[in-house]
Amino acid sequence: MVRVVVNLPAAAKRGEIIEIKTLAAHPMETGFRSTQLGEPIPRDIISLFVCTYNGEEIFRAELHPAIAANPLIAFTTVASESGRIEFKWTGDNGYVATQSAAITVV
Amino acid sequence: MRVVFLALVFFPTVLFAAEIPLAQRRSGYEFMGRETRAMQDDDTTNPGMLWVLDGEALWNRKDGAGGLACAGCHGDARTSMKGVAARYPAFNSKLGRPINLNQRINACRSERQKAAPLAYESRDLLAITAYVTRQSRGVPIEIAIDERTKPFFDAGRDTFNRRQGQLNLACTQCHDDNWGKKLAGSTISQAHPTGYPIYRLEWQGLGSLQRRLRNCFIGVRAEPYPYGAQEFVNLELYLMWRARGMVLETPAVRP
Amino acid sequence: MTTRREFLVLACGAFATPVEAQLDPNRAALRQAAFQEALRKVTGDAPVNRGRVKLDLPPLIDNGNAVPLSVAVESPMTPADHVKAIYVFTEKNPQPNIIGVHLGPRAGRAHIATRARIADTGTVIAIAQMSDGSFWSDSVPVVVTLSACLEEGLI
Repeated sequence: MVRVVVNLPAAAKRGEIIEIKTLAAHPMETGFRSTQLGEPIPRDIISLFVCTYNGEEIFRAELHPAIAANPLIAFTTVASESGRIEFKWTGDNGYVATQSAAITVV
Repeated sequence: MRVVFLALVFFPTVLFAAEIPLAQRRSGYEFMGRETRAMQDDDTTNPGMLWVLDGEALWNRKDGAGGLACAGCHGDARTSMKGVAARYPAFNSKLGRPINLNQRINACRSERQKAAPLAYESRDLLAITAYVTRQSRGVPIEIAIDERTKPFFDAGRDTFNRRQGQLNLACTQCHDDNWGKKLAGSTISQAHPTGYPIYRLEWQGLGSLQRRLRNCFIGVRAEPYPYGAQEFVNLELYLMWRARGMVLETPAVRP
Repeated sequence: MTTRREFLVLACGAFATPVEAQLDPNRAALRQAAFQEALRKVTGDAPVNRGRVKLDLPPLIDNGNAVPLSVAVESPMTPADHVKAIYVFTEKNPQPNIIGVHLGPRAGRAHIATRARIADTGTVIAIAQMSDGSFWSDSVPVVVTLSACLEEGLI
């Protein structure tokens, strides 16, 4: 099942600023809702998103229940060298998702 | 914002309000804010694409007693499924009635793949339906009514025009007569099913046309039909005919 | 989103006024206090300047469950002068934090986008922390209204 999707160019010129768009399939249950019978629905969210570029952290986001379901996180980075850009989402109930993309910088 | 006050005057139960002239028909897309439209337009940020990608994986996955994938018979969906969703609901000769795309997919599963049908509104069924319908994005809806489908079409049209529920409202009163005006915080759309299955922000997930219709029924405080009911398929047939010529946008994003 | 549901008396035909301060005064006051506290936790006693930050979200929201928002901060993004962090808060949610982003010169541009849940009409505020320790902000008032024709019947 698709858990995360990342979109970024496969190749870029050195120094070019590239856009990275990520989507994660996750309900982001806030913990503030109740069932119609009044039972609270426990919180279940992605709380942290980290992006590294050839091992060095380039972006980190702390997510809160106010982030909508199936969270979109879009940001930019400078295409500095060829290599791998790694993405990691962590959250409640042991949720972990990772993705990685190769980038060629000319 | 204009509030819609619908007078509770005694009308005959079935109304034949004027249909929207073909040239004035607009997709629900046009009634949304700029940012919501941008969410739909960009495949990289459209949350509905999560289901489309799932559907692609399911399309290629062997299933059932025969160990057959959809791709086993239908090959590349990009070619084989192009235009298919634009013609559904379609008459099924074996059953002698129109069926919608969900039902067609389940029929393929049980008859060809020898696999168990998928539950309505299950993630897998939504995913495959979204993937198949996505292949018809940009294709104009093509529903023609013939003598086989006419009785079902008429039944669907009657449902659309009939007052129902505690609020005693007919679909046509909002969606033919008062589209563009406000109902609570929402702008009333013309109710064309051009983007189903949709990612509805209210649901925070993807859902089918029948799920949305159930919301409408609950909205007028009428008892909704169960998923898969022929009454719903007839209504879907009428709605798709009403939207004939409009292009599909699946997976659409809607408030 | 229990607050919105509590006030959904009729799914259709409800009055189309913007939903304002529907909470009882105590809860509203507690949320305001939490909002101020969250801001203070990030900025401390430092002054927060208005400007350099552009918070973009629709002034009239289609659906409070998923509100596209983006923050762009004017900055050269050099090692000497860049945006270290961007925080977004909203004042009327059950808890005020939306997102906290940590970045640096490798970003090239201080521009992020996401989708938030906004429970009620009010203010959304974005605060950027610069590498020199200064804080800059932008705020946008948004209107959230109730949707019609929902799924939940009323018990």
